Amino acid sequence: MTIERELDTIDVNFNVGPQHPATHGVFRMVLTVDGELVVDLEPVIGYLHRGAEKLSENCDYRQAIGFQDRTEYLAQFNAELCYVIAVEKLMGLEVPERAEYIRVILTELNRIASHLMFMGAFSADLGVFGTLFMYAFRERERMQDLFEEISGDRMMYSYFRVGGLAWDVPQDFVERTRWVVKQARQGIADIDGLLTRNEVTMARTRGIGVMPADQAIDWGFSGPMLRATGVRHDLRRAEPYSIYDRLEFDIPVGTQGDVYDRYTVRLEEMRQSARIVEQCLDQMPKDGPVVAPGLKRVLRPPAGEVYMRTENPRGEYGIYLVSKGTDKPYRLKIRSPSFCHLAALRDMVVGHYVADAVIILGSVDIVLCEVDR
Amino acid sequence: MIADNPWIDAIARTLLVVLLVIGVALILIWLERKVAGRIQMRLGPMVVGPYGLLQSVADAIKLLTKEDLRPAVADRWVFELAPFVAFVPSLLTLISLPFTAHLFVRNLELGLFYIVAVSGLSIVGLLMAGWGSANKYALLGAVRAAAQLISYEIPLVLAIVAVAMVAGTLNLVQIVEGQGRVPYIAWQPLGFCIFIIATLAELYRNPFDIPTAESEIVGGPFIEYSGIRWSMFFFAEYINVFMLSVLGSLVFLGGWNWPLGNEVGWPLQIVLIFAKTSAMLLMFMWFRVSLPRLRIDQLMSFCWQVLLPFSFLGIIINGLVLVYDWPDVLLGVFSGVAALIAGWAVYRGSRRAAPGQPWSLVSARGID
Repeated sequence: MTIERELDTIDVNFNVGPQHPATHGVFRMVLTVDGELVVDLEPVIGYLHRGAEKLSENCDYRQAIGFQDRTEYLAQFNAELCYVIAVEKLMGLEVPERAEYIRVILTELNRIASHLMFMGAFSADLGVFGTLFMYAFRERERMQDLFEEISGDRMMYSYFRVGGLAWDVPQDFVERTRWVVKQARQGIADIDGLLTRNEVTMARTRGIGVMPADQAIDWGFSGPMLRATGVRHDLRRAEPYSIYDRLEFDIPVGTQGDVYDRYTVRLEEMRQSARIVEQCLDQMPKDGPVVAPGLKRVLRPPAGEVYMRTENPRGEYGIYLVSKGTDKPYRLKIRSPSFCHLAALRDMVVGHYVADAVIILGSVDIVLCEVDR
Repeated sequence: MIADNPWIDAIARTLLVVLLVIGVALILIWLERKVAGRIQMRLGPMVVGPYGLLQSVADAIKLLTKEDLRPAVADRWVFELAPFVAFVPSLLTLISLPFTAHLFVRNLELGLFYIVAVSGLSIVGLLMAGWGSANKYALLGAVRAAAQLISYEIPLVLAIVAVAMVAGTLNLVQIVEGQGRVPYIAWQPLGFCIFIIATLAELYRNPFDIPTAESEIVGGPFIEYSGIRWSMFFFAEYINVFMLSVLGSLVFLGGWNWPLGNEVGWPLQIVLIFAKTSAMLLMFMWFRVSLPRLRIDQLMSFCWQVLLPFSFLGIIINGLVLVYDWPDVLLGVFSGVAALIAGWAVYRGSRRAAPGQPWSLVSARGID
C-alpha cells in the first residue's frame, strides 16, 4: 500500500518492544510513523530462540514431548498431540480408544483455554481496564486446575505419550470436566456480552487489519486467521486425525478478514470446542487401557519420515519428523502458524494508526516461543 | 465568614478546602481500586489497614521516598516543572467550587467560567511533560492529550453554557439555588450527556484514555516520571475527577439544593452533595473498567461531528424556548429528543463502521 502525503514531513521510528505491554512476549516491531500513521513496520523476532528443534533431536522420542509444551506454551496439549501422532504414524501404532477420547477432550479444553487467553490479552490491547481479562482468567484457571490434577503441572503437562497417555485420568474426571465446560460456557457468554456488540469495540476493530482470502492463503495463514477471511478450512475436518471424524462441530468463518472477524471466529470456536468436549464425554469408554500394549521402554521407530499437522488454536501446527531407526529423531522440524501470521504483519498494519497496530498484533494471537522456537 | 479579617478568612477556607480535597483524593484512589476489584471479581487492596483503607497512605509514603529520576537527555527545567504546571491549575479550580451554601473559598460571580478556564491550563503541564521527557511515547501521548483536551473543552463549555442560559447566571451558588424545584438535568438531558462524555475525555479515562493508553504508549506523558513527580500528576488527575464530579452534581443534579430545598442545615447539605458526587464518581469508575478505548481520530471526529453540533443544538433549543417564553417543560422535551437522536446516530454510526460507508466513526482515516 502506498500513501500519498500532502505535507512534507519527517517520519519517525517508533520502537515497540521487546519489553512492551502490547507485544505478548518478547517481540519487537519498529514502526515508522508519520504522526500517528504507520507508514512502515519491521517485525523483529528471535528473542526467544532456544533451539527447540535441535534440542529435540538430542533427546529420545519420549523426552522430546516436553519440548512441545515449551514451544507452544498456551496450547500445550495440542502441540503434544501433534508430536505423538507423528511418532505413532512413523511406528504404525494403534492408540486405545479411551486414550484417544481423553486426548481430544484435553486438547479441546486447551483450545478454549488458549482462546480465553487471547480474549483477555486482546481486550487489554483494546483498552478494557482488566475486566475482561479477569473474566477470561476465571475460566482458564478452572481448566488449569483440572489439567494440574490430571498431569501434575500447571503449564508443562508432558502428559501425552507415544501410544497413549502417561497414566489414567482421576476417577471424577468426567464430572469435573462437565462442570468446567458448563462454567466455561457461562464465561464465554459473559465475554460475549461485554465486548462483542460494544460500540467502541466495533468502531475500533471493524475494517481494521483486513487480509483478503486469496492473500491470506498466499501468506500461509491457517486457523482462525484464515477462517476469519471466509475460507472454511479446518484440519479437524479437512484431514481428520484422532477421532475427529466421529464428532459433530461447526466451523465458524468470518466475512471481512478484519480484526473483528478474528475475534468473533475465536469466540465461536470456543463454543464449538465446548460442544466437542461434551460429545466426547458422552461417547467415551468408561474403562480400558490408556496406552498401547507391548511398547518398548525405548522407542525406535523404523527409518522413514512423516509430516503431521493438527489444528491448533493458532492454526496449522506441523511436525516434520525424520527417523533413521535410532532412539532419537534425526530431524524434527516445527511448522508454527504464528510465524506465518507475523510475516504478514506489515501488510496488515501499514496505513493504519499506531493504536491499530497494537490491536492487529493482538488479533494475530502470537506465541513467541512458537515463532522463535 | 470564618474569621473577621478577610485574609485570615481566605487562608482558613483555603486550608479547609485543600485538606478536604487531598483527603478525598486519597480515599478516591482507594475507592477506585475497590470498585474496580469488585467489578473484576477481585477483592482489591485488603492488607494495609481494615479493608485496605490505608493502602493509599502506604502508596503515598512509598512514592514520596522513591528516587526522583530524570532521564539524562531530558530537558531539565521543562521536565521538572511539568508536574507543578499540571498540579497547580487543578488546585486553583477549587477556589470557586462551592461544596455547600457556605463552604467555599470564594464565591466568584463568574465561578463557572473561572473553573473551566483554569482547568484547561493543566494541558500545558502534560505538553511540557511530553516534550521534556525526550521520549517518543511521551511526546505522542502529549500531542494526543493536547488534541483531545482542547477539542473536548468546547463541548464541555457549551454544555455548561446551555445550563447558564437557563439559570441566567455564572455564579455556582446561584445556579444551585435555582434548582430547588427541578434539577437542571431534567431541563437539559442533552447537555448532561454531553457534559459526561466531555468530562470523561477531559479526565482521560476510558473510553477516552488515549493520551495515557497503557497498551500503546504505556502511560504517555508520564512514562519517564517516578516518585513524587509522578504522584503529582496522579494527584492532579484525581483532584480533577473529584472537581468535575462536584461540578456535575452542582450544575446538573441540583447540588445541595434539590430535593430537600435550600433551607436545610449544612450537615444535610453535605450529605446531599456527597451522595450526588459519589454517584458521579462511581459512574466514572464503572465506565473505566468496562469500556474499550477509542482511537484518536475517532475521538476527534466524534467530538467535531457529534458532540459539537448537538451542543449547539442544545443552545439553540434553549434560546428559542427562553426568547419566546415557552413553558420550561419544552426545554426538557426538546433536549431529551435531541439526546435520543444523538444516541441513535452513534448507535448507527458504530454499526456502519465498515470501510466504504459514507457516515461512520472511522470516516476520518485519511487513507483508503
